[in-house]
Amino acid sequence: MTPEARRKTPEDFLRVAQAEERAARDGHLKIFLGYVSGVGKSYRMFDEARRRRERGQDIVVAAVQPRVPVDVDALLRNLEVVPPKGGGDRPAIDVDALIRRRPAVCVVDGLAYDNPPGARNPTRWQDVRDVLDAGIQVIGSINIQYVAELSAQVEAITGKHVTETVPVAFLKSADEIELVDAPAGRPMEGSPEEQLDAARREQRLSKLRELALVLAADVVDDQLNEYLERHGIRHSIGAQERILVCITPRANAGAMIETARVIAERFHGELITAYVNQPEISPAGRAALEERLDIARAAGARVEILDGENPVDAILEFAKANGITQLFIGHSQRSGLWPRIWGNPVDKLIRGTQSMDVRVFPQ
Amino acid sequence: MGYAAGVGKTYQMLEEACELKTRGVDVAIGYFEPHGRPDTIAKTEGLEIIPRKKIAYRGSTFEEMDTEAILARNPQVCAVDEFPHTNVPGSDRTKRWEDVERLLDAGIDVLTTMNIQHLESLNDQVWHITGIRVRETIPDWVVHQADEVLMIDLTPQALLHRLERGVVYGREKAERAMRNFFRESTLAALRELAMRETAHEVEHRTLAEAAPAASPAAGVAAAIPERQKILVLITADPATAMAIRRAKRIADFLGAECFAVAVERSGEAGAMPEAEREAIDRHLNFARNLRIETRVLEGDQAAPALIDFARRNRITQIFVARPRQRSRLFPLLRRDTVQSIVNLAKDMQVVIVSDRAPAGRA
Repeated sequence: MTPEARRKTPEDFLRVAQAEERAARDGHLKIFLGYVSGVGKSYRMFDEARRRRERGQDIVVAAVQPRVPVDVDALLRNLEVVPPKGGGDRPAIDVDALIRRRPAVCVVDGLAYDNPPGARNPTRWQDVRDVLDAGIQVIGSINIQYVAELSAQVEAITGKHVTETVPVAFLKSADEIELVDAPAGRPMEGSPEEQLDAARREQRLSKLRELALVLAADVVDDQLNEYLERHGIRHSIGAQERILVCITPRANAGAMIETARVIAERFHGELITAYVNQPEISPAGRAALEERLDIARAAGARVEILDGENPVDAILEFAKANGITQLFIGHSQRSGLWPRIWGNPVDKLIRGTQSMDVRVFPQ
Repeated sequence: MGYAAGVGKTYQMLEEACELKTRGVDVAIGYFEPHGRPDTIAKTEGLEIIPRKKIAYRGSTFEEMDTEAILARNPQVCAVDEFPHTNVPGSDRTKRWEDVERLLDAGIDVLTTMNIQHLESLNDQVWHITGIRVRETIPDWVVHQADEVLMIDLTPQALLHRLERGVVYGREKAERAMRNFFRESTLAALRELAMRETAHEVEHRTLAEAAPAASPAAGVAAAIPERQKILVLITADPATAMAIRRAKRIADFLGAECFAVAVERSGEAGAMPEAEREAIDRHLNFARNLRIETRVLEGDQAAPALIDFARRNRITQIFVARPRQRSRLFPLLRRDTVQSIVNLAKDMQVVIVSDRAPAGRA
């Protein structure tokens, strides 16, 4: 199969658009991602700034956090700072001054800030985009709490509502993303209440940590696919599980989708449901099918309607083109002479999928 | 946990050791592999290193971690590099992780380093990504026991940059490494794998703490209507190892019980060729090492014997390898076996596990 045979998904188009945007601008963006303040993002970032400066790069600092730990402060003392505008508790990076100064690299500690009214852009990440467009490399940092698309999930974990955020697309537009991981904390000594509080806090932090790891993995997966596409390789290398659930109007879709959902969730994988269009479907069959597809959508699956005279071939083609690693199908309900003459579709699917796992479900 | 040599695992481990020491904790280095990296070597300054043990083997002298010396010294915390290492023959224990278990049993806390490629259950996936079959592996349950798993990240660009500058390996070795293992896409895929695995390890601990009385994955098991029980068929086909790994991985993720069964032909007992019997024994041993309960059944045909066992034991999922070779040597492994199992087990989930051949070779 040729690379062109792979069907483009909305995600693919988005990825291509992001890649084009990345290629169009001159500046290189690197982001340090953490799950809570205090894991050492700032230190890692400014330490990298120090090493780059020692290697002779022209590097400046465009923003620092309002409160700076001692070790970071020591690093900052040897770095040039372009002072932010406005001052106070809500300073904006001075984009004009940066562009005039024109360093090779600039460091922005904390990407998720809203600018004061009247500033060049409403938010800091938009300022960073302008700096990148001017051909200056940017190294920035952010905590998982401030990713816009995750704010509901984060609020459910922390109980805190965050207003200043950065869209995930901006993170995905980065040339490099580096995860700063740290233990979520160790059991404390103290009164039972204090210990319980500490345990709850650790639970919350662990959940944020997991979110950060999965987001970083997703960004890496996007970059990997983009790299493979650029080099004309179909994706078959991925570290991600991609599950395809094949639905028919008669299928026991509930169990299949639920199992697929749990496995996809546990492996942090992708869930796709496919149905092969059948022209002679009855109204009752159509209704049953819609119901099953709704279950799939509710489980977070991407739903694909395939066309093809032969359902087995349509599924195999789609699965191969989309790098599916696990194929979920129902046991064949036909018995007796029919499968012996025409062949059993389940057997055909099993024979046709050399590099996928096939999971056959009771009906 | 890292995804390649040079991401900074040892460095960070030593940094934590130094930090513990400043806080007054009694720390010692049990094993350290300098790889000629000056930054890392500098980190050991001020830390006590317990001398290695010299072991003679086939006319050469090898150096291994001196577990007995560490036990005698009895520090609070011990740093041990290269967790997946295999000891030279003649050592007390085969694997370094077994030495580490010994230290843990003695109440010594251990900091250690490994790369994702050495996790047993990911062996096939790593082979698929890199085209390299990793021989030194660590069973998943060993990593699961850790109190913390930390991802040491570095972007592939930064890692390749380090390699170019000769920080990780010597120059000529670096060039070779870059051409093969360190291809950008390979690094990205391994990195993603390490992130997802670490996320899984974090989640595993979060669930375990949230429901201390129940099993680790109780929250998930409840979401699936019935308690899952997994059975994997053991044959002489080399693909069996892969089926065992995949079944165990799913079982661990779902918090399900896992069994492995081999079927030996009854009647003419000598009928099974020696090579086939040996391969089956090897696979049974492998399953037991992963803490899977094993059984050997008697029967003329694999499929009916397997399904009978599955029904009696209320198995919900059967894992079977897609035969790697159409073998005249091992007649029990014909593709018909898979087909028969699928046809006989219509009341169960049947998973046909496939080889995910390395990219470019498929």
